[in-house]
Amino acid sequence: MISAIIVLGLLAGIFGLILGFAAIQFKVEGDPLVEKIDALLPQTQCGQCGYPGCKPYAKAIANDEADINQCPPGGEVTIIALADLLDREPKPLNPENGTESEVTVVTIDEQICIGCTLCIQACPVDAIVGAAKQMHTVITDECTGCNLCIPPCPVECIDIIPIKTSLATWQWDKPDETRTDDTKTAEPAL
Amino acid sequence: MINKLFDFIGGVQIPYYKEMSTQDSIGSVALPSQLILPLSQHIGAAAEPIVTVGQAVLKGEEIAKATGYVSAPLHAPTSGTITDIGDYPLPHPSGMRAPCIILTPDGENQWMPLQPHSHDYQTLDPSTLRNIVRGAGIVGLGGAGFPTFIKHNPGPNGHVETLILNGAECEPYITCDDALMRERPEQILAGLKIIKHALNAKRCIIAIEDNKPKAIECLRSALMIYPIENTEVIAIPTIYPAGSEKQLIYTVTGKQVPKDGLPINIGVVCQNAGTCAAVHLAIEKGQPLVSRVVTVSGDVGKPRNVDVPIGMPIDELIQQCGGITGSLRRLIIGGPMMGFAMHQLEIPIVKTSNCVLVDAGNAEHLKPRDEVMPCIRCGSCAEVCPVSLLPQQLYWYSKDLDLEKAQSHYLFDCIECGCCDYVCPSQIPLVQYYRHAKAEIWKRERETQKSDAARERHEFRLFRIEREKEEKAARHKQKKAALKTNAVAANATDSEPSKKHNDPKQAAILAAMERVKAKKLESQIAPKNTDNLTPAQRKTIEEIDKNRKERNNKDTPET
Ligand code: SF4
Ligand code: SF4
Ligand code: SF4
Ligand code: SF4
Ligand code: SF4
Repeated sequence: MISAIIVLGLLAGIFGLILGFAAIQFKVEGDPLVEKIDALLPQTQCGQCGYPGCKPYAKAIANDEADINQCPPGGEVTIIALADLLDREPKPLNPENGTESEVTVVTIDEQICIGCTLCIQACPVDAIVGAAKQMHTVITDECTGCNLCIPPCPVECIDIIPIKTSLATWQWDKPDETRTDDTKTAEPAL
Repeated sequence: MINKLFDFIGGVQIPYYKEMSTQDSIGSVALPSQLILPLSQHIGAAAEPIVTVGQAVLKGEEIAKATGYVSAPLHAPTSGTITDIGDYPLPHPSGMRAPCIILTPDGENQWMPLQPHSHDYQTLDPSTLRNIVRGAGIVGLGGAGFPTFIKHNPGPNGHVETLILNGAECEPYITCDDALMRERPEQILAGLKIIKHALNAKRCIIAIEDNKPKAIECLRSALMIYPIENTEVIAIPTIYPAGSEKQLIYTVTGKQVPKDGLPINIGVVCQNAGTCAAVHLAIEKGQPLVSRVVTVSGDVGKPRNVDVPIGMPIDELIQQCGGITGSLRRLIIGGPMMGFAMHQLEIPIVKTSNCVLVDAGNAEHLKPRDEVMPCIRCGSCAEVCPVSLLPQQLYWYSKDLDLEKAQSHYLFDCIECGCCDYVCPSQIPLVQYYRHAKAEIWKRERETQKSDAARERHEFRLFRIEREKEEKAARHKQKKAALKTNAVAANATDSEPSKKHNDPKQAAILAAMERVKAKKLESQIAPKNTDNLTPAQRKTIEEIDKNRKERNNKDTPET
């Protein structure tokens, strides 16, 4: 009994070591800067930045080929985060790429859908389910609101809908001060 | 047993206005025309209806069952018929609607057969007692609404030294616990005894603010008649927020609840007076939680405490308490310090509603905020914060949405007591800023989670496409090899069907489109995605498409 435990324990230890070693030795090394930039991008994968997805845009930023203000879904929050990471000055969103707007999702009118699968092929995150000649449905929770599925649909049955606020996602408004002080940038004395 | 008391840091002395609602004893109300019973009246998963529309139910019958561990069932507060299950407005600061069961009373108020454990609960083991409390749908009646049975589970290594009955009730206007302690002390003590037994607690302290001498006296004399071992009533200094859990524990025991910890970690459990009475009714009378004592105060004709069935619409409750004196300015559920202003009157009393406070502009003490002035850095807010935070700094960070700094200054330790807000000479809505900042942090967390999931799915898709390509290439290669070994004639027959194979597909799509078009014309179904859009949404899609096209055009020649 005890020897069995010891042997098993030893085996577990050895395998652990081998796995740990393998993880370090054979790790597919991504560019850490690209990963860090990609982590800040909203992953809508909409292509409005001019690149075919968030990762390619992250690469372009890392290689100094693109500016940090080209992602409309990320908007100001993303630009500030990128500026922070890369130690640059934040700048307003490039209007050439679009404007920041409310995040939406899409829904398919199942009465009209002919099941051509074109939307599935366009969706960057596989948020649409359905098979050929069957009606298709959007998994709302997975939809990023990139709207890439809308143009290919031959019967125009994909609608944009707002994301519903639930009790869990409702939030307090920021106070609306009738008179605000403009000492906003001052660091409080600690 | 002499108890030394400890003064917590901060806190404010505020006017109490409690005598308004304590002139009369606890009253009862006439049953309303319908009861609105939200499925989520507690922290945790919403309950699930187990009745259908049209079904007749008796008082106390379970009408929605708990789902998951942190959840609570719901019971019919009176006998009658279920007339609807659907979305109704909630007593929530958002003014949102959520699923509710509607019960139309039949006027009989007939209880279902009950199963009391009036004398034998001492023989029941703690887990059985917990299950009865759970089945009775009891949640913390003090305000937060955490399912009570969970508090009664000290865990495998938990050991409860002190059980505290929270009778501080430190918020202005609210007197429902005070009234219970004065009028039904025996129920509170009976409940306390059961909880002490279930927790195997060493001692019990009944802590009451010294501005409620009558409640102290009533509980002391009741304790003589119904003694509980190692239990005493102590008067604690009146200072807001003495009734806040961590502050009360410090006052009574001198122990600090660790950051991110629970009272049970230091061997303490706190119970609200109303909750104790509910536990007594559940065990010794077999009655589930179907009513509670609510203070109706402020600008109403007859401010008082009433025993209200859960689900009573607040407009009818106010009517029965003399109606609003003047024109309504604000309806607050809870006290003036920590309560929430509501959007409408047609909302129900729920298990956690302790006070209905009506502000019609008569009461000078419920004045709305004056003009907000710039912060003068006076530091008064930091002096009164009972959690020793730096409200002024939190204000700057919350205002600028510098959320990292706000968090590193312990934003999430703020109990939203409103002391800083109360003393601020510049009338800055500090708590509102903190609430907004907290919600913003949660929102960003949700967004990060969602974008992480999207990244994973996108990467998997790229991987899948790559794999499909490889598989296709492999098949292609195989085919080519097969072709080589076969005759040339096969080549001709092979390529034609593949061409043909493509054509029917295209044709099918075209035909389907024609069919749909025809159908649309017939039934007048226009494509909805253009109709349902607001002009703003339509514009955004156009813009996005245009941009994408432009970008693509621009990129292709360059690369
Ligand atoms: S615009 Fe933003 S969200 Fe869209 S693909 Fe580019 S980086 Fe991703
Ligand atoms: S369903 Fe449409 S809008 Fe949603 S992620 Fe997929 S392509 Fe984008
Ligand atoms: S593209 Fe349109 S018609 Fe085709 S499957 Fe998707 S929703 Fe249906
Ligand atoms: S009390 Fe008000 S004015 Fe004074 S430091 Fe705090 S926030 Fe500023
Ligand atoms: S509301 Fe928060 S910051 Fe203000 S006094 Fe209370 S605990 Fe401190």
